Amino acid sequence: MSERATATARRGSLPPATAHQFDDAIQQHEASGLGMWVFLLTEILFFGGLFTIYTVYRSLYPEAFGHASSTLDIQLGTINTAVLIGSSLTMALAVHTAQVSRNGRLVALFLFATIALGTVFLGIKAIEYAQKFHEHHVPGPYFHYEGADPQQSQLFFCLYFCMTGLHALHMVIGVCVLAVLGVMALRGRFGPDYYTPVELTGLYWHFVDIVWIFLFPLLYLVERHT
Amino acid sequence: MTRDDHAAASTAHDHVVPLSVYFGIFATLLVLTGVTTAVAFVDLGRMNVFVALTIAVVKASLVLLYFMHLRYTARLTPLMVAIAFFWLAIMIVLTMADFVSRGWFTGLLG
Repeated sequence: MSERATATARRGSLPPATAHQFDDAIQQHEASGLGMWVFLLTEILFFGGLFTIYTVYRSLYPEAFGHASSTLDIQLGTINTAVLIGSSLTMALAVHTAQVSRNGRLVALFLFATIALGTVFLGIKAIEYAQKFHEHHVPGPYFHYEGADPQQSQLFFCLYFCMTGLHALHMVIGVCVLAVLGVMALRGRFGPDYYTPVELTGLYWHFVDIVWIFLFPLLYLVERHT
Repeated sequence: MTRDDHAAASTAHDHVVPLSVYFGIFATLLVLTGVTTAVAFVDLGRMNVFVALTIAVVKASLVLLYFMHLRYTARLTPLMVAIAFFWLAIMIVLTMADFVSRGWFTGLLG
């Protein structure tokens, strides 16, 4: 038996240890899930602050927000939304595979597919950012805006970069965690008896997807019909 | 508890969602993305933002309920999620109550 197979047998097939504060592994699993949800709920309020600022300024300057929003690339935005939804699907499939089988390679495949789609999203985002730098639409001393109300439009671009930047930071962190999980999956760490890390990272990844589901219409689709 | 008991217990506890559900939700999310982009080009006046946000809420709910298994978890988790959104609503509604009502009473109070 190879060293790797021995390691798999030792780590992969044994039920994980139950910490002494839990009655059993099921309670431990539930507590892990609840803990992750509590973290995600703080994240809702973390992003919520930015959404509140957005609501206030959009209600104050609806025309400026409409015009500034129309300078964003709606094609790239829509493609990115689809890419991110696709990555949520591969993430859900990774959790599903770990739940029902011991096929670590397939779990890893879905995790790496999620990383690939997440990276495509970040790449498209980088292209959009580069366009904005090129057009001098980045708030700061070099900001230049052709339309009416440049000051109010600058506020929109401030929010655009803060919100998508914070979202992209979450994606980068998610990709790093997924890479670690992918390696663990290849080593046969996950299976029906233990897949908590895959499940919890899945919750995080889907949460980041949900944030984008709101960012997309609020940033890209403000006044497209005029 | 033997390994088999343990595996059986954890499988019985965690609801395994059929693959068809995941693919169905994925397809629905893609369709809704197309719809929200298309509707944005139609002039509905002030309704545009409400339509866009309604579609976003539907999409987010689908992700929460099925991808994040909220529909299948113990009731405590959905309750906590609802409370978090309630807090978010407090933050946005009370802040907007201030901005919207500014100037309402200047005539009355001098």
